[in-house]
Amino acid sequence: MVRLHVVTGKGGTGKSTVASALALALARGGRNILLCEVEGRQGIARIFDVDPLPYAERRIATGLPDPDGRKGVVHALHIDAESALLEYLAMYYRLGRAGRALDRFGVIEFATTIAPGVRDVLLTGKVYEAVQRNSRNKGAIEYDAVVLDAPPTGRITQFLNVSNELAGLAKVGPIKSQSDTMMTLFRSPQTAVHLVTVLEEMPVQETADGITELRSAGLPVGGVVVNQVRPQDLADEDLAAVRAGTLDRVRVEDELKAAGLEVEPGLVDGLLKEARDHAERRALEDEQRAVVGRLDVPTYDLPRLAGGIDLGALYELASMLREQGLG
Amino acid sequence: MTTSSSTRRTRSRVGPEGPAGRHASDLDVDSLLDDRRTGIIVCCGSGGVGKTTASAALALRAAERGRKVVVLTIDPARRLAQSMGIPELGNTPRPVVGVDQAAGGSLSAMMLDMKRTFDEVVLSQASPEKAEQILANPFYIALSSSFAGTQEYMAMEKLGQLHRDHVLGGTAGAGEPHGQGDFDLIVVDTPPSRSALDFLDAPERLSSFLDGRFVRLMLAPARGPARLMTAGFGLITNAMTRILGAQFLKDLQTFVAALDTVFGGFRQRAQQTYSLLQADGTAFLVVAAPEPDALREAAYFVERLSDDAMPLAGLILNRASPEPDSALPAEDAVAGAGRLRRQDPASVTAGLLRLHADQVRMVERERDLRNRFTAAHPQVPTAVVPALAGDVHDLDGLRRIGSLLGREE
Repeated sequence: MVRLHVVTGKGGTGKSTVASALALALARGGRNILLCEVEGRQGIARIFDVDPLPYAERRIATGLPDPDGRKGVVHALHIDAESALLEYLAMYYRLGRAGRALDRFGVIEFATTIAPGVRDVLLTGKVYEAVQRNSRNKGAIEYDAVVLDAPPTGRITQFLNVSNELAGLAKVGPIKSQSDTMMTLFRSPQTAVHLVTVLEEMPVQETADGITELRSAGLPVGGVVVNQVRPQDLADEDLAAVRAGTLDRVRVEDELKAAGLEVEPGLVDGLLKEARDHAERRALEDEQRAVVGRLDVPTYDLPRLAGGIDLGALYELASMLREQGLG
Repeated sequence: MTTSSSTRRTRSRVGPEGPAGRHASDLDVDSLLDDRRTGIIVCCGSGGVGKTTASAALALRAAERGRKVVVLTIDPARRLAQSMGIPELGNTPRPVVGVDQAAGGSLSAMMLDMKRTFDEVVLSQASPEKAEQILANPFYIALSSSFAGTQEYMAMEKLGQLHRDHVLGGTAGAGEPHGQGDFDLIVVDTPPSRSALDFLDAPERLSSFLDGRFVRLMLAPARGPARLMTAGFGLITNAMTRILGAQFLKDLQTFVAALDTVFGGFRQRAQQTYSLLQADGTAFLVVAAPEPDALREAAYFVERLSDDAMPLAGLILNRASPEPDSALPAEDAVAGAGRLRRQDPASVTAGLLRLHADQVRMVERERDLRNRFTAAHPQVPTAVVPALAGDVHDLDGLRRIGSLLGREE
């Protein structure tokens, strides 16, 4: 049973949208889901149209109901490294005075903005804590699953490979052993890293590279979510006819009239020209689709929505993910 | 191809604080490229908007219009890099083959090697012995290869170097392929920053880190006076030793002490580059896609550039959906398609109508987004580049984007 869904993707592919839809899809039958973001962009707040999220778990939506109409709840958390460090110190070291001193001397700022690797460890550390709640965090909600809107594909392996990032910096000590414990979860079947892509050459290439990197780091690849898929309104043979310019113009014109449309001059030519451009793009998408097919991971499709993404569209995407077996 | 325009427009600063009451004009890319006073073009914007391709296309177009151009790219797609003759990281510009030099211009390209650039800065600022100590320190290695701001900072550092060595002329030695006056235009692609502000802040962040209270404290014991070892600092070092182990603190102390010596040089260079960006010969182009997130980022850029008195030349709205070829309203098309589908679920004409409706809706949504941006930033001239069907990975593709930018098509 996957308890941590990590959603990554190249910039512009809709990774935050997919992470949000996945959280809605998972939140059914009374389950509690936590949706986390770590990059300070407040993307989740924008998508759900709520105030900017604090460093505290907030209930932001009810999930997509299951067939019996039972819903779960999506909570959201915006993780920033400074708050995570202070919370960590309070939780594990009861650093009252010293904790404040750390802040006063700029150590917190130093550790979270500069000390390399430490920042990622703090962010992933909080995610880990939310997945494996223990008695130190009293009264906290126990989640059935956590969805992480993660850094982009180019950085994801480095981000999750925390013990590697710390290697050479902290060779011993509690941080080292804690990062090793985190790696055990990240490498287990309880974690799945999903990669969001669109059917274009560069994002698909980056997805393939990302999968190779994840696998060589022993991190479990979940699936590839193919986002913004163009409408499939024309059958393959019609696409071929459009490309070859052999589509029956007269028939199209007759059908337009039969549909009650006024066939103004240029309408048929315009529609055929648009269809040719579409067919050209579809052919390129099909090439990339074949590349995705060879990646040997489950794929899930989400359509390009002409009207953009609002809350309603998000539920629509969630139900499509669930129908395809994700969530 | 037209030659350099005789009626050059004077470029003025634009942004929220620019002159009000004008509507967004069209960005005249060719005038910008042809204006000999334009020495640096910085393309910025969020990830995934085609910034790298736009930078390369601008550089190629400028070269073929007679400028001597070098383009600094950060992370180009493999095939694009190959077609420009920069198959791997290289820290010096290489000439691009296949550029039309009839107008007297030329194009070179280079891909930023972040770590090497950083190493070179250290080597140029510190004694060999000190430099060696810094280069071997685990903190330096991590900082120079993975610190989130390093790429941004090094891109700016490299820009400063290129400007010093190749535009103003300077340190390029006899054996080196380039020297003074090699280039008269530098086009810079910026890293896909997590936030709009990263690359402007990177030099500042690095120098404020080196200047920070904690770093000063770390240095204090090395400098002697024990009075700085306050009770508070003792608490900190104890806490850090407990959590991170003693070696961590020792490495950190060595690193900070070593870096302290190259410190002044770092800050000075960062400040120089920052001034270079503010100078009149620099033009910032914000690249965005017609998506809410990308345009929001673009708006931040516009505001931030204006706050920092950086010369913003305009917005490139990349990958816009192409205008539909027929004027049929989306609602009519959907209604017609519905009627046809009821009679024949496989109707081709119904498919054509649905595709048309989809395209109309995309274009309408993008127009709304653009109008909203324009309402908030009416002074920002904009160039709209329609999306090409395929990816760009050769000079012909770049030329095509260039001519779309120059509104030839």
